[in-house]
Amino acid sequence: MKQIFDARSNHAETRQKTGYVAREKATQADYDRIGFMSGLEVHQQLKTKEKLFCHCPAGIFQKADDYDAELIRHMRPTLSELGEYDGTALMEFRTRKNIIYRIKNETACTYDVDDTPPFPLNQEALSQAIDISLLSKLKVVGEVHITRKQYLDGSIPTGFQRTAIIGIEGEIQLKNKKVRLIQLSLEEDSCREVSDIGHVRIYRTDRLGMPLIETVTYPEFKNPDEVKEGADYIRFLNRSTGKVRSGIGSTRADVNVSCKGGTRVEIKGVAHTGWMPELTHIEAFRQWALLAIRDELNRRIKDTANWKISSREVKAKDFKLENLGVPKDTTLKVFVVNLPQFQGILSHFTQPGKMFADDFSDRLKVIACIEKPNMAHSEMFEDAVGERAWAKVRSLLGSREGDAQLIFWGPDDDIKTALETIEERCKLAFSGVPNETRKSFEDGTTIFERVLPGADRMYPDTDSAPIPLEDAAIDEAVKRIPKLVSERIRQLMEWNVPEDTHTYILKNNLVPLMEKAHVELNVPARFTSSLFAHTLKHIQGQYPALPEFTFEKVYELLKYLVERNLDLAIAKRMLLHLYQHPKMDFESILITLNFKEVSKAEILGKVPFLIKKYKEIRTSPDDSAGLRWVMGNLNKLATGNISLRELSKGINL
Amino acid sequence: MSRVTRHASRFNHQLTNSPTNMSEDIFQGYKGRALDVLQKFNARVWARVRVDSSRGVFEGTILPRAENTDDKHIVLKIFTGYNIGVDIDGITGIEELGYKKAVYKIPEKEFPYSKDKPNVKLLGTGGTIASRLDYRTGAVIPAFSPGELYGAVPELADICNLTTEKLFAVFSENMGPDQYKKLAVAIGNEIEKGIDGIIIGHGTDTLHYTSAALTFMVQNSPVPIVLVGSQRSSDRPSSDAALNLMHAATAAAHGDIAEVMVCMFGPTSDEYGFLHKGTRVRKMHSSYRSTFRTIGDTPLATVTRQGVVPIKQDYHRRRKDRNVTIMPYYEEKVTMIYYYTNMQPDVIDALVAAGYKGIIIIGTGLGHVNKPIYPAIERAIAKGVAIYMTVQTLWGYVHMFVYDTGRDLMAKGIIPAENMLPETAFIKLSWALGQTSDLAKVKEIMLTPINSEITPREPYNGYLIYQGGVPEVEDFIRKFHK
Repeated sequence: MKQIFDARSNHAETRQKTGYVAREKATQADYDRIGFMSGLEVHQQLKTKEKLFCHCPAGIFQKADDYDAELIRHMRPTLSELGEYDGTALMEFRTRKNIIYRIKNETACTYDVDDTPPFPLNQEALSQAIDISLLSKLKVVGEVHITRKQYLDGSIPTGFQRTAIIGIEGEIQLKNKKVRLIQLSLEEDSCREVSDIGHVRIYRTDRLGMPLIETVTYPEFKNPDEVKEGADYIRFLNRSTGKVRSGIGSTRADVNVSCKGGTRVEIKGVAHTGWMPELTHIEAFRQWALLAIRDELNRRIKDTANWKISSREVKAKDFKLENLGVPKDTTLKVFVVNLPQFQGILSHFTQPGKMFADDFSDRLKVIACIEKPNMAHSEMFEDAVGERAWAKVRSLLGSREGDAQLIFWGPDDDIKTALETIEERCKLAFSGVPNETRKSFEDGTTIFERVLPGADRMYPDTDSAPIPLEDAAIDEAVKRIPKLVSERIRQLMEWNVPEDTHTYILKNNLVPLMEKAHVELNVPARFTSSLFAHTLKHIQGQYPALPEFTFEKVYELLKYLVERNLDLAIAKRMLLHLYQHPKMDFESILITLNFKEVSKAEILGKVPFLIKKYKEIRTSPDDSAGLRWVMGNLNKLATGNISLRELSKGINL
Repeated sequence: MSRVTRHASRFNHQLTNSPTNMSEDIFQGYKGRALDVLQKFNARVWARVRVDSSRGVFEGTILPRAENTDDKHIVLKIFTGYNIGVDIDGITGIEELGYKKAVYKIPEKEFPYSKDKPNVKLLGTGGTIASRLDYRTGAVIPAFSPGELYGAVPELADICNLTTEKLFAVFSENMGPDQYKKLAVAIGNEIEKGIDGIIIGHGTDTLHYTSAALTFMVQNSPVPIVLVGSQRSSDRPSSDAALNLMHAATAAAHGDIAEVMVCMFGPTSDEYGFLHKGTRVRKMHSSYRSTFRTIGDTPLATVTRQGVVPIKQDYHRRRKDRNVTIMPYYEEKVTMIYYYTNMQPDVIDALVAAGYKGIIIIGTGLGHVNKPIYPAIERAIAKGVAIYMTVQTLWGYVHMFVYDTGRDLMAKGIIPAENMLPETAFIKLSWALGQTSDLAKVKEIMLTPINSEITPREPYNGYLIYQGGVPEVEDFIRKFHK
């Protein structure tokens, strides 16, 4: 029997049927149609000297192969406080990973590897978390309870993260709406992964234990752009205290997305807010597609409870698996699997360029620890197996028309988990969208990462006592916190600062400096905004950053110019040197620029001569060309001595 | 040989489920002003509530309060699973929205029995092999039945047929003569009934005291007797409890070494366990997993789930017979004094006056104390107090011939206890005085080793304490897992 199934056209058809719309074309009506819903969990590292529960320095990092010792741990699920095992915990246990930690003496101690109980909570971090809670209009708790949140992936050697709620129920003000916040917690950061191959996952412990806060919003974002706006707002708010870390990895967000009828899916560790719109857009539509798959499967299969896969082992050499990247002399076991009535489901559209079957491969890697490539299926765009081989598979499995087939391979020990994983994923499709966390890619697509953990993984930390937060401490914090970000945005508008500079200014917490320059030096905020967000940003893109350079230096520069009564325009040219040589004094920078202090009268005195000269060579009948020519000749001399506006006024052609 | 069929005692590990407890426990752990507030607003533990307070509205489930905490806060579990405390001073109202009591229970599954697997008995004393949260203290407390253990560590069923009996539930620091004697008798009974191996679950702090006591009280055992604990309680995913238990079960079920042993982590990594002789082992770090070390010798063996690999060859082998000698003797009036500079004689006089019959001195260096206490020692010896000398250095022998001080002390009647560890000497003296008050007989018992508490020689690799920072040590650490 010849069964040719056109996977490509099925993919295109199902994409259309699902009603997928590219983001550029999507409108609010599209998002309302699928019931787009999103919420954020924004993580922000705090700028403290030491880690949260020990006295190791925070913020010192090491290369992956720079370590003093390694140790091995395995993680087992334990019960939550309410007596439940957590779903993720059980999945991670099935994966049977050897977790290896690489320790460097400078950055990790015996607390980090769970051989010493915690030291008292870092007070510097606690007070920063209180400040940010107040700025987020959260209700600060009366007593901080340190809780253990289980992580069985090994990213924390104890198997749990110590975390504590500082405030609950707050809100942030976006342009057009308010978004409510669920909570803010203070927690320790996790290890950085070095590699994860087969049954061995390696971590380094430098980042482990660094204090961070997590701000969690309600799922009140109704379209992808709002998600970005919210994430930016929280980022700016955190930075407005001047007490948080910036730089790669210091701000990471988990983005929760669902569609109507879908499930909360968490996209983990999104490092750039700019990626959020595409990611959330694609995720909402992915869920919409999974619901279409659910409906189709339920239409086809009446008795979903008793639906089963069938499988059998085959010989690798019979299937030319070398075409799929399996070595010819492999010792891996090869299995074929029949998925009854799944034809057309495997190549069903899920995300741009992805189909339902991709989920199997991702889950085989994560849950059964079988490295990719680990499978082939009967609806691949490029069929490297060949129709004859598929016919043989079907006959071996006794497949019927309308069934779909997989071939997968892996070490003997992992086959059982692999088969369970495949059947489990199929069965999850009967009820729609599985609860999971997903890893993001720059193109906006995601892949399966883990089963989404629930509240069942929380457990009180029996190693530490609760910490009371007295009213006096809160009152003290109220006095020291900065202005709200929404007020700062209003301030920028009032100063008439161009909107394209807002992100840079808020991201780098520059409003206080601008205000200082405005009040103390009478330098217009509009000028400083451009100096920062245009000139400096451009320079930063071209030259490496030096630790000696700070934004405060820019203020000092402005102060110098004002005190010397020089025109501010020269600041832009000086900044280029200042950024590259932050230790250079301003006088020397001026010398480097060949700056000569000349009185305005002297400069204006040269104008008549130049006008005369221009009239001799007049290039255009237009007087403005003459003005430009004269100004061009005087530009270098004028910068720093006279503003261009004043100069142009003095040129009367 | 018939399988041991006596069923493990049943314990109820639910927080509370009897109606009589309910009325007493509706304000579990709350006291003083916090209790007043709960009573005033008629709010009980496990109720889901809405709390109006000066800091805002808080919603969640009221949790029990740990005992040694203040009376100024009420603990809520909010819907995200986190716990928070609400300051009672600001509370203006509490409204009950629902009620759901948590039942904390490890899933219990019947431990499978397999004909071809050895039978092992786990005797529980307390400790953290399996544990659950205790709201009273906010700490973890032990809990297990075979079913619970199987639920938590299903791999055990691949190793042996396990039955358990909880002899008592005390923390390690509360173990003492009564427990040692009960354990010895229980072990004797199990051996008689045909068990293939015995595991004793125990808190780690005094594990080496118990292992010494059992070495003396249970002699000539035909089967392994393995004491095991955990340094990280089993309520955490990275706990060493499960692996230690599997190692202990392997040693008890399949190992050939029929002695009283301590089974704990070798390195801090989840790699292999050590089997230590019960008389030569000591807890050497307050929190490390690899805290137990054999002192003055190598460990007996390493153990993994694959089996026991002996390091030493001169051990007591497993036998088929059921002969064992149980000697549950103990004199409680025995003490240890840790010598410190400028120690005054009144310390010893006071002990003698209090009726102590035996004193282990833990002396400096080779076994020394200062001259001012000599008269007190003489008075004690004259009163018939047995005094033995051990060393603070832990490693090495007492050598009282080297200096005059030592010779003086021996002349006064202090007996050097060779290279017996202080805790082992203390237990042994208690055991010896429990049998006889004839000091010559006591001396004979003390100085005749039962199982390596005194060794005739110290091997070159019995004292290895490497120091970090040295290049070759750092190289070694980098190459092998800690």
